[in-house]
Amino acid sequence: MNWKRAVFATLVAVPVIALFAFGFTRDPGAIPSPLPGHVAPTFALTVFAPGEPPLARPMGDTIRLRDQAGKVVVVNFWASWCLACRAEHVELTETARQYAGRPAQFVGVLYADQPEMGRQWITAMGGQSYPSVLDDGSRMAIDYGLYGVPETFIIDPGGRIAYKHTGAITGEILHQKIDSLLAAARPAGPAARTPDR
Amino acid sequence: MRHAARAVLAAAVALWWAGPLSAQDSVARARPPVATPVADSALDATTAAVSSSLRCPVCQGESIQESPSSLAQDMRAVVRQRLRAGETPEQVKAYFVSKYGEWILLKPAATGLNKLLYLFPVLFVGGGLALVVFLVRRWTSPGTGAPPASGAPDDPSDLHSS
Repeated sequence: MNWKRAVFATLVAVPVIALFAFGFTRDPGAIPSPLPGHVAPTFALTVFAPGEPPLARPMGDTIRLRDQAGKVVVVNFWASWCLACRAEHVELTETARQYAGRPAQFVGVLYADQPEMGRQWITAMGGQSYPSVLDDGSRMAIDYGLYGVPETFIIDPGGRIAYKHTGAITGEILHQKIDSLLAAARPAGPAARTPDR
Repeated sequence: MRHAARAVLAAAVALWWAGPLSAQDSVARARPPVATPVADSALDATTAAVSSSLRCPVCQGESIQESPSSLAQDMRAVVRQRLRAGETPEQVKAYFVSKYGEWILLKPAATGLNKLLYLFPVLFVGGGLALVVFLVRRWTSPGTGAPPASGAPDDPSDLHSS
């Protein structure tokens, strides 16, 4: 009779333990984004922090995604109140410098913040090599399914989101993703992009 | 004199006639401001209903309708803007699902694997009830082994009193 109880208890306990084990191996904060692989939402936003030569864009200039065809576009959402943004800032700004003159465009997007605070933050952090734009009403952030900052999207030369990174990004990841996208685009050129990337 | 009287009478008739016209005109002019709040309140209600069904991405288990966070406020503004532009609530929800995935819906659609979410509680409750019925029948049926608690005379006084 006892073996029956043991079997019953095992049948009940094993699935429950397996469910917990599966749940504990997952990060509840990591929510899969449906965007990678899809066409990047278009944007046209105003520069509030110009960046530094040779990557600088004039203050008040409009950066449009459609003007970046054929380039790898790195879109980084950040804010002056974001601690993790400090951790990634140096690597982002340095990596952007390293890709100057190559078909790669870095864009910072200020999220839920005041432009003056953003500019002060950039000065305090020792500068930002690439331009940053304003996202009034977080329209672009919502279009990109933003959960928080920092988040970085890497858009391939064909205009599709190739990669989304949640949290502080590193130079190593940036190099790896950008290089692979540039290498994939090189043989055929921007005109012959794979549609289902 | 008679001409003057006629003129006064004509003017009075004209004024009397014009009176309702001008009133009508003022009503017509007043209509949009009266109608706009009604339309806005309907829009507000639909915005609130749609917002209540969307999860706030930066909160814990809150809808964007309940959350005071700036992202939730911006998302509510997007909901309202899209509804005002003529989109249906389902289209607005589909927009957010395309950006955030099914996760954004506080009440997932009962399609595909999601059906399990709705099926499991029914199965568990049904299974539990069936188990209870089975056990009660087994315990109460004579000669098939009553539960030890009622079978063992823990309190002999109970047996004597019955």
